[in-house]
Amino acid sequence: MSDSNASMLKKGQSAQITDINIDEIPLKLIEMGCLPGNDIELIQIAPMGDPLFFNVNDSKVAIRIKTARAIYISLESIK
Amino acid sequence: MTPKIIKVALIGNPNVGKTSVFNQLTGLNQQVGNYPGITVDKKTGISKLNQITKAKIIDLPGTYSLNANSIDENVVIELLLNKNDEDFPDVAVVVTEVENLKRNLLLFTQIKDLEIPTLLVINMSDRMKQKGIELDIPLLETALKTKIALISSRKNIGIDTIKELIINYKKLSTEPCLNASSIDEEYFNRLRKAFPNQLLYKLWLVITQDVNFLNLQRNEIENTFTRSHTELKKLQQKETIKRYQFINDTLKVAQKIDKTKATDFQSRLDNILTHKVFGYLIFFGVLMLIFQSIFDWSSIPMDFIDTTFSKLSALTKDNLPQGKFTDLLSDGIIPGIGGIVIFIPQIAFLFLFISVLEESGYMSRVVFLMDKIMRKFGLSGKSIVPLISGTACAIPAIMSTRNIENWKERLITILITPFITCSARLPVYAILISLIIPEKRFLGFSLQGLTLMALYLLAFVVAIASAYILNKLLKLKCKSYFVVEMPSYKVPMFKNVALNVLEKTKAFVTGAGKIILAISIVLWFLGSHGSSNFDNAEKIIAEKNTNSRLEKGVFENQVSAYKLENSYMGIMGKTIEPVIKPLGYDWKIGIAVVSSFAAREVFVGTLATIYSVGNQSDEESTIKMKMAEDIDANGNRIFNFATGISLLLFYAFAMQCVSTLAIVKKETNSWKWPIIQLVFMSGFAYVVALIAYQTLK
Repeated sequence: MSDSNASMLKKGQSAQITDINIDEIPLKLIEMGCLPGNDIELIQIAPMGDPLFFNVNDSKVAIRIKTARAIYISLESIK
Repeated sequence: MTPKIIKVALIGNPNVGKTSVFNQLTGLNQQVGNYPGITVDKKTGISKLNQITKAKIIDLPGTYSLNANSIDENVVIELLLNKNDEDFPDVAVVVTEVENLKRNLLLFTQIKDLEIPTLLVINMSDRMKQKGIELDIPLLETALKTKIALISSRKNIGIDTIKELIINYKKLSTEPCLNASSIDEEYFNRLRKAFPNQLLYKLWLVITQDVNFLNLQRNEIENTFTRSHTELKKLQQKETIKRYQFINDTLKVAQKIDKTKATDFQSRLDNILTHKVFGYLIFFGVLMLIFQSIFDWSSIPMDFIDTTFSKLSALTKDNLPQGKFTDLLSDGIIPGIGGIVIFIPQIAFLFLFISVLEESGYMSRVVFLMDKIMRKFGLSGKSIVPLISGTACAIPAIMSTRNIENWKERLITILITPFITCSARLPVYAILISLIIPEKRFLGFSLQGLTLMALYLLAFVVAIASAYILNKLLKLKCKSYFVVEMPSYKVPMFKNVALNVLEKTKAFVTGAGKIILAISIVLWFLGSHGSSNFDNAEKIIAEKNTNSRLEKGVFENQVSAYKLENSYMGIMGKTIEPVIKPLGYDWKIGIAVVSSFAAREVFVGTLATIYSVGNQSDEESTIKMKMAEDIDANGNRIFNFATGISLLLFYAFAMQCVSTLAIVKKETNSWKWPIIQLVFMSGFAYVVALIAYQTLK
């Protein structure tokens, strides 16, 4: 499992999801397309650094940092 | 030929404009009810498809998939799995929208697996050009094995196409789009062999969900086919991936998106509205606007309603033959109903703002903005929605906590929401403030408006403080999930907002109206009947004054005051007086306070009835005037400053709403929490009111 996760993205950056920690990710997020192989982009950070506003698989969704840490990304794919 | 009725289920993700489609199809032919046993709104409507055919349309709660995460979503599955339900649809209409087609189609492929005739509606076609989206509809229709209506509910385009497709529903394919069972062939083959007469996907749903479908079989399935929770979740994940693969493959050929055309107007708006300074300033400004409108702007229609009802009361008295029935009408029912009708303008304003905030997509930004702060108090960013809509009514507010994923955060939100100043407190505040706070301006703001604002703030502070304490006291371990969809900003549709305001206001007035009507009749009876002293009031007063000759008017007033005191209501009031005296209330206020434990707004209706019953004067004066003129034995005003403040504080904190207690019981599934609320809130209110009166008097 890779160490890099979605919480490390900077605003405007996107990367490919390599894996997710299924125990930490609610099913609803999976249904929105938060799945290995899909892209995740950090759109906006809330004023106090948490939660984070992502575009994942064309779904716009805000999640807490804790959840974002359970979405693993590949560093090479960061755009 | 007898007219035919086709049963249609409207299904879709949240935020796809499903309700707009429903509104366009049914117009004002809507009914809102409840699903039996649960408090989920059931919206149905009749749509005239053509001269001979009608459709009964059910607007099902928005859901992301058939894997239910909440009671709202459960409703969808239970209906679609139960062929014997009277509302089981002839045809399922899945509503999606162009911008989120990929995600929306997940639900569609699941519905297709149920082998119900299904048609696909793609909404918001008016945004395609602007977003650079192109769709190959015939190709999509073949791949998804369905018929498609490309529509814009906002621009009213394509609604006729939906109607036509519904009429011809028998031509729709009932074949699934993909073979989802390939995720674990061996497992599903065994399942198929064990239940050859059942739909495979239905069985799968029964295994993975907690739905009440064919109870007998359920046990059988559970014994042989249940797997561990993690294994099932893994399989569900596999299923979802499988479906997305199919959807992505389909859209790759049928959908073209020109990314350069996607305007960044939305993200620029987000930069401002979720900015660390402007974001909060704008949010505060929006709140200010709401308070300004409910106190300042709605006072004009409210004054009008107030005078109209007192005129009506006087008119009834003058024109109907004297007797018990006329008294009941003019002293009981009309003032009682007037007490509730008067705050229609304020409720309507509140629902208007809440509806606009939600429709526009701004509410999600507030959730995003507030989450970190709210978490410090054991709440969730999502608690902001119930806390704002709690200013209208705690009941829908408590129901809206359902989408808070974390049980502890949800429970705390439920427990503190009743502190928020709901619209039922408004008429109480309005009448008390106008009695004790002068109609002056301070720095351009009306003093009365500022007082109201202070009460709202105070309630909010107490709510937040209680949350903080509860967070420390409650030892509950639960997984903390937080997922908020951030829909694109949209200009709210007038029709949706108007219908929403109309529906909510109507439900509120009829709900409260029933209680108030019943209570005002009871109060009128208790106030106009009494002990032997009551029946002999004229004689007793006459005997008391044998030495001095009283003028006729003075005599009548003394008689009616004496009558009221010796009526059943007066006797009851006198009994409780020792408890409420330290708070500065006389027995009349006491009756009003006690009766408003059913619902706060009853306070005004009760006082209206009390002050009308005893009053013999023919001149029409509003309830407010009667209250202001009321004096005690020493000639002091009953509604003086200290009593007024004490009452305001009491109503700010006390738990006086039976309906809220009932909903809390339903949502928390135990009597423990509503009882704690009742005891704690009312006890706190008593102490605060006591301190306030004793210091101020």
